[in-house]
Amino acid sequence: MALVFAGVCSHAPGITGRADRADPTARDRFYAAMGRMRKAIEASRPDALVVIAAEHFANFFMNNMPAICVGMGEHYEGPIEDEKWLGIGHHRIPGNKPLSRELIQEVMNDIDLAYAEEWKFDHGIMVPLHFLTPRYDLPVIPVNINCQGPPLIPLKRAYEFGRSLRRACDARPERIAVIGTGGISHWPATPDSGRINEPWDRAFLEKLLHHQRDALLAYRDQDVWREGGQGGFEIRTFIAIAGATEGCTGELWCYVPIPAFAVGCTVAVMRLH
Amino acid sequence: MSLYYTQKLLYQLNRDPAVRRRFDEDFESLLAEHELTEEERDALRKPDIGLLYVMGVNGQILMHYAALRGYEWNAYLEAMREGERRYGPVRTGLYTRADSR
Repeated sequence: MALVFAGVCSHAPGITGRADRADPTARDRFYAAMGRMRKAIEASRPDALVVIAAEHFANFFMNNMPAICVGMGEHYEGPIEDEKWLGIGHHRIPGNKPLSRELIQEVMNDIDLAYAEEWKFDHGIMVPLHFLTPRYDLPVIPVNINCQGPPLIPLKRAYEFGRSLRRACDARPERIAVIGTGGISHWPATPDSGRINEPWDRAFLEKLLHHQRDALLAYRDQDVWREGGQGGFEIRTFIAIAGATEGCTGELWCYVPIPAFAVGCTVAVMRLH
Repeated sequence: MSLYYTQKLLYQLNRDPAVRRRFDEDFESLLAEHELTEEERDALRKPDIGLLYVMGVNGQILMHYAALRGYEWNAYLEAMREGERRYGPVRTGLYTRADSR
C-alpha cells in the first residue's frame, strides 16, 4: 500500500526534559502541532512508522560508525537517558522485523546500509514518539543517519536514501508512515545552547517545503556549521524526507524558536502524491 | 591526547549499566583500563566538566556525564563557559571556534 504519511519534526531533549523553562505560549503551540501530527499519522492508519533520526552516541560510536543504519529488531527500548532528565519514562517499543528486513534488502540495491537488531532509543526518537505514538503501540523502524561528526554522508546520498526508501515502501503491501527528525540550526549541549538562527531555518524550510531539490543539496557542511551550528548537520534527516517525497510540497504546521529547548521547534507535513 | 578514549569511556558509562556499577564501585580501575593522559584522568575524576569540554569531548556525551555527577542543566552550561575562561578555547573537534569570543 506504500507510504501513507511523511513529515518532519524536532526532537531536542529539552522539549520534554525542560518543559517548565520554556515560554508557555510558544511551548503549547509546538505541543499542539505535535498533537495535530499525531492525529494525522493516526488518520493515515499506518502499520509501521519509520523514524529517520540522528542519534547522539547512544548506540553508535566512532569505533564503528555507520553512515546509515536501519533497525531490524523485534522490539526496541528507550529512553537510554535518565528518565527524569528526559522527562519520558522507560518503554519497550514494538518493531516489525520482517518489514525491516524487506525494506533493508530493497534499499541495499541503491545504498549500502548497516542494520541493527538491538537499539536503545535516545531522545532523538523518544521525544517524537512521546507525542506521536504516546501508547507506544505502533511498530517503529528506526533509522540513524550519522549527523554527529564528520566524515558525514553527503547530502545527495541522504536524499538518495530517502528516494530509495520510498521505492521500497511503495513495493510493500503495508501502510507505512515516515518522519524525519532533527534540528535545523542549533548548538546543542554546548555553551551556545539556546542560540537559534531563525532566518536560516526559515530559508531551509522554504526549500524543503517547495521541493527545491538542487537548493537543498547545495548546502555545504562548512556553511551549515557556521550558520546552523554542529546541530545543523541534522538537516540530513529532513533531506532524506525530501528524497522520500520527491516532487511533493509540504505545509509548515509550526515553527517557533524556543531557546529553552535549544532549537526552532518545527512540525511540517508533506502532501503525498 | 587520547580524546577518543576519554569519549569512549564516557559513551560506555552513559549506556552500559555494568560500566555504571564499576564507576560507582571502583572508578580508578575503570580509568586504568583506558589509554588516558593524567590530565584526562584528573578531569574525569574531579570532575572538571569545563576542561573536558575544552579538550573537545562531544557535548552529547558530556552532558550525560555532567548530569550523572549532579550538574543541573544551567550548571552544566556554566561549567563549559568557565572551562573556556580558565583553559582557553576548545582545543580540537567540532567546537573549535572560528571567532574568539
